[in-house]
Amino acid sequence: MRFAPHTDDDVARMLGAIGLSSIDQLFEQIPEAVRLDRPLDLPDGVSEMEILGDMKDLAARNRSAEDLACFAGAGAYDHFVPAVVWALAGRSEFYTSYTPYQPELSQGVLQALFEYQSMICELTGLEVSNASLYDGATALAEAVNLARSSHGRHRVLVSSSVDRRYVDTLRTYGRGAGYVPELFDTVDGRGGDPQVGEDVACVIVQHPNAYGLLEPARELFGAAHAGGARAIQVFDPLSLGVLSPPGDLRADIAVAEGQVLGNHLNHGGPYLGVIATRLDDVRRLPGRIVGETVDVDGRIGYVLTLQAREQHIRREKATSNICTNQTLMAIAATVYMGWLGPQGLEELGRQCASKAAYAAERLTEVPGVEPLFGDAPFFKEFPLRLPRPAEQVRDALMERGYLAGVPLPDADGHALLVAVTERRTREQIDGLAMAMKEVLA
Amino acid sequence: MSDASPVPSEVAPPRVGAPVRVQGPEERHGTLKGLSRPGRRSFSLPELDVPETALPADQTRQGRAGLPEVAERDLVSHFTRLSQLNYGVDTGFYPLGSCSMKYNPKVAENVAQLAGFQRAHPHQPDHSVQGSLELMWRLERALCEITGMARATLQPPAGACGELTGLLIMRAHHEKQGRQRRKVAIPDSSHGTNPASVRLAGYEALKIPSDARGLVDVSALEKLVDEDVAGLMLTNPNTLGLFEEEIERVSAVVHEVGGLVYYDGANLNAILGRCRPGDMGFDIVHINTHKTFATPHGGGGPGAGPVGVIERLVPFLPVPRVERREDGSFALEHEAPDSIGRMHGFLGNFGVLVRAYAYVFLHGGDGLREVAERSVLNANYLAERVKDAFPLAYADGRPMHEFVATARPLKERTGIRAMDVAKRVIDLGYHPSTVYFPLVVEEALMVEPTETETMESLDAFAEAMLQAHREAQEDPQLLHEAPVTTPVRRLHEAHAARHLILRW
Repeated sequence: MRFAPHTDDDVARMLGAIGLSSIDQLFEQIPEAVRLDRPLDLPDGVSEMEILGDMKDLAARNRSAEDLACFAGAGAYDHFVPAVVWALAGRSEFYTSYTPYQPELSQGVLQALFEYQSMICELTGLEVSNASLYDGATALAEAVNLARSSHGRHRVLVSSSVDRRYVDTLRTYGRGAGYVPELFDTVDGRGGDPQVGEDVACVIVQHPNAYGLLEPARELFGAAHAGGARAIQVFDPLSLGVLSPPGDLRADIAVAEGQVLGNHLNHGGPYLGVIATRLDDVRRLPGRIVGETVDVDGRIGYVLTLQAREQHIRREKATSNICTNQTLMAIAATVYMGWLGPQGLEELGRQCASKAAYAAERLTEVPGVEPLFGDAPFFKEFPLRLPRPAEQVRDALMERGYLAGVPLPDADGHALLVAVTERRTREQIDGLAMAMKEVLA
Repeated sequence: MSDASPVPSEVAPPRVGAPVRVQGPEERHGTLKGLSRPGRRSFSLPELDVPETALPADQTRQGRAGLPEVAERDLVSHFTRLSQLNYGVDTGFYPLGSCSMKYNPKVAENVAQLAGFQRAHPHQPDHSVQGSLELMWRLERALCEITGMARATLQPPAGACGELTGLLIMRAHHEKQGRQRRKVAIPDSSHGTNPASVRLAGYEALKIPSDARGLVDVSALEKLVDEDVAGLMLTNPNTLGLFEEEIERVSAVVHEVGGLVYYDGANLNAILGRCRPGDMGFDIVHINTHKTFATPHGGGGPGAGPVGVIERLVPFLPVPRVERREDGSFALEHEAPDSIGRMHGFLGNFGVLVRAYAYVFLHGGDGLREVAERSVLNANYLAERVKDAFPLAYADGRPMHEFVATARPLKERTGIRAMDVAKRVIDLGYHPSTVYFPLVVEEALMVEPTETETMESLDAFAEAMLQAHREAQEDPQLLHEAPVTTPVRRLHEAHAARHLILRW
C-alpha cells in the first residue's frame, strides 16, 4: 500500500517541468560512495487487508484488561474511558494537525489546551499549568530542573516511597543536568525525615505514594520549606475529588501521570505528563503554554505564549528541549474532566477508595495474606505480603482470569501491589479473593 | 518550524497597561466554564456495590474542584465546534517545512485501537504481551535496516527526547573512554532543540558556520573541532533542504578527534531507501515517527523518537530493551551495566509505535524508497513553480524533500514580509509553509509538500503563493490585513505575553 498519488504521466510531466529526465537525477548530489546500492532488506509492501491481518495476530498474542480483571496499577490504571472522550479527541481536525504555529488556523487546539490548563489549576489548587509533558516520570525530571534553576541549590532529595521508575528517570536526566537523586528513608512505607540542608534544591514526595499509601505530605513539605527547599509532589489526578489538592498541602510544584484522565492503558504510552506550579515559576516552566489574547478586531483568541522560554527562540538557554509534547492526550483529558465535572470527580474518588478498602479486607482474609505495612491509610492501591513469591501467585491468577496486581521487590519478592478502580465490581473482588485462596492453598 | 514574528508594529495592542492577571473574567463565553450550570452533569457510574469507606479526615479535600458542570450533549457540541476551528492534514494541504505533514493512514488508527494493544497494562509479565514485544522487536529491526544502525531504543517519546537520549549515550561513551569532553558542535542552521538538548546533556554548544552554498563549512569545522568536542549533531538533508555533499569528510573530521557523529532524523523522509545515515559515518540516529512514518502529530504530540546506534554504542542504550530469546520468545531486559538508564516511565509511546509499524510494513522497502523519491519530486516541482517570485535562499544546490525560499526581495520592494504572505495564503485556503526558520535565512519560507500531494494540489498552492506575490505589489492592504476568513484574525502575541491570562 502506498499513498503517493502520482501516475507515471504525472512523474514524467513534473520531471519535465524541472528539466530532468529521471528520478535518479534528483538524488545526484548524494555522493556515490554513500548511496545504497541495494534494496532495503525489508519485506515487500502489503495491502491494508494484509497489514490488518498481521497486526490482529500480534494483538491477539497479548492478554490485556479486555480479558483479565485488571487489579494492576503502579503508575497506570484501568479507569473507565467514556465514549465521548475519543469520539471528540479522535476528530481528525485535532489529531492530524501540527503544533499550533499559525494560531488563526489552530484555535481549536489552542482553546482546548487553555481549558486543559484551567482545569489542571482547578484540580491542583496551583496557579499555572503548561500544555503537557511526555509522562509522569519525565514531568518529574522537568520539575527538578525547574526547582534547581530557581535557586543556586543543587541536591535533590527523594522519598524512597516514590515510584522507582520515576527515580530511575531522574537518575538518567541527572547525568546531563549534574545531580544524583538521593533517597531518604521512609518508616513502614511512608513519611520519613528528610535532612534539608542549605544545598538541597527540592524534596520530592509522591502522595498517594508508590505503595498507594497516604503520606504525611503537609509535614514533609513543611520540612522542605523550613530548610529553604522547594516541595515537589507527584500526585494522582483522580485522587483529587477526595484528597486535599497539592496547593492546599503547600506543594510548590505538582506533577502527575495524566493517563488516568481519559487515556487508555496503551501498554505504557502515549500518556500525559502533567505539571502545575506557582505563578512565580511561570517563566521557568518547560514546554508550551497557551495564553488568551485578542485579535486586531478585539476578539478573544488564544496563542502559544512566553515563547522566549522555548528552544526554538532561546536555543541553548531554553528552560527545556521539549518541542513535541502530548497535546492530543491533554485534549482527551480536557474532555474527560469536562465529562466528570466536580461531582463525578468526587464520586469516582469515593468509589475507588471504597472498593480498594473492601478489596484489602477480603484479600487479607485469605490465610497467609497480610498488609505489607499494617493499617497505613491508602487511596485506591495497597501492598500485600503473600506467603509465596508474588510473581508465581500473579501468574497462577492470570490463568484464572485475573491480573492480580504488580509484584514489588519488597519482602523478598513476596509483596504484591493491588489497585482497584471504579471499574472493578464486588463480584470481581470477591472472585479474586476466592481465586487467591485457591492458588495459595 | 517556528513562528516567532512579533505583531506588526502599526497595530497597537488594546488594553495596554492592564494589570497582570493569571485568571480571566468570571463570564467565560465560548468556553466550557461559560456553559457550566450548577447541577448539570455528563458522568454516570454504577451504584457503589461495596460499603462506603471514609478516608482520614485530615487528608480529605475541602470543597469541590472547580471543574465545569455540563451536560454531555453540550460537551460534544463544544469540542466539535473547537475541532471545526482547527486545520489538519485531513482538512487540506499542509506544507509546513521540517514537519513532514503527510497523509496519516486511517488503517494505522484502527490497528492502534485493537484491544490487545490499547488495553495492555505496562506491568503485565512478558509472557502475556508477546504480541507487543514482537511488534517492537520487528520495528526496531526495520528501523535499524533503514538507518544502517546496529540496535535501537524505541523509548524516547519525541524527537527532542531522542536527541537527549543520543547525547547521553555520547556522554556515557566518552566517560567509558576515560575522559569527558565539554562541547558538541552544531551547525548554525540547526533546529532549536539541538542546542537545548546539548545543554540538558551537560555540554556546551559549539556553533559551526554554513558556507556560501548553505552546507557545513568543512574548513571551519576542521579549525573548530578538537579533543574537547564530544561530537557533532547534523541533519542531512540539512535544515535548508540541501544534502551535505561532503558528509564523508565531515564525519571523518569529527571521528579523527575521537568525536561521535549524531544524525537528527528530522529530514529522513528525503533519503529512505536511497542512502543511510550509518553508511555516511553517523554513529547515533534519531527518527521522528510523526514525520517520516506518518504517525499523526495530534496538534503538537504525541510523537515517538526512536534512537539507533552503531555496534560499539549498543551497551549504552536505555533499558528496558526488547530481546529475542533462543526459543524465539521475547523479553524485556532491565539490566545492562553501561546503560544510560530509563528515558520514559514505561516503554515509550507504544501506541505511536504501533502506527509507525503499520506504516513501515504497509510500504515495505520499495514503498519507502518511493516515498523519498516522490517527496523530493514534489518539493523540486513546487520550488520550480514559485522560485521566480520567491527565490531559493541557496540557489546553487538542488533541494531535496523541502526547500527554503525567501521573501526578502519582496520585502525590499514592497515592505511585505514572509509572515504577511503566509497569512494571505491562509485566506486563499491553505495552511502556509513554515516562516522565519531556519534562522540563518532572512524572511524564510520553508516549504515541504510531502509525497502524498497530487500535482494539482501543488499547482493550486503555487498559484496561491504567486497570487499573494502579485497582490503584494498591486493591493498590499490585502496582505497586511490577512487573514480575514478565519475565526480570529491576527492575534496580539506580545499582548498575551505581557498580560498573562493562562486559565479561566
